Amino acid sequence: MTLKDIADILEAEVIADSEDLNIPIKNACSADMMSAVLYYHTPDSLLITGLTQPHVIRTAEIAGIKSIVFVLDKKPGAEIIELAKQKKIPLLCTRFCMYTASGKLYEAGLPGCLFK
Amino acid sequence: MDEIIEGNFQIIGGNFANAGEASMQMKAKLMELGVDEATIRRAAIATFEAEMNVIIYAAAGRLHYYITPHNITIKIEDMGPGIEDIEQAMQEGYSTAPDWVREMGWGAGMGLPNMKKNSDEFKIDSVVGEGTTVEMIINFS
Repeated sequence: MTLKDIADILEAEVIADSEDLNIPIKNACSADMMSAVLYYHTPDSLLITGLTQPHVIRTAEIAGIKSIVFVLDKKPGAEIIELAKQKKIPLLCTRFCMYTASGKLYEAGLPGCLFK
Repeated sequence: MDEIIEGNFQIIGGNFANAGEASMQMKAKLMELGVDEATIRRAAIATFEAEMNVIIYAAAGRLHYYITPHNITIKIEDMGPGIEDIEQAMQEGYSTAPDWVREMGWGAGMGLPNMKKNSDEFKIDSVVGEGTTVEMIINFS
């Protein structure tokens, strides 16, 4: 599945790095706890979160997460968008809640991160 | 890569704005040296968790890394409250983080287990009222 497919399924607005929408996404994890993301993620995944702090971008970069979707129409500040652009991490924003966004992507064939 | 490369960072407690900077600079150095991606990710995750622990719990700390052709050693020493029961702190899900830290996305009780999980060798020493030292070695494949 590409990021473009994900943006379409989630009716999402692309708020950073819209040039990279054809990148492939292999799986996804949904979390607001960054330690859980660092523990359970797998590379080339999508992070679905409601947290809009700068360390979400840094966590994604450290963990090799390809893109982030913010749920419930939460929009990060300009500083965070700028950081994401620097790190080349596309950001999406959807009106759906975390449960619904995750369910829609799972139903469309995007698996969860495999761990342990 | 034949030489030995070292780096040092000061970490200030409570400085969430720069959280992850030391880990990202160390990651950039490993990338520059051509270390494989999976090993870099393990080192970066373990270091980031350790860096966050200093920022969350301690007044200040120091991160030192040492790269040889075979592995990377990362040592983090902090001036923090120390850990009373290390065995308990190593359990997944155990955390003493206050609510405001959890609201920022940290304090899930996965930090120390995650450092251990991503290291080939992991040592932790702590003195209550003085601080904690973590040393991790990650071998290059």
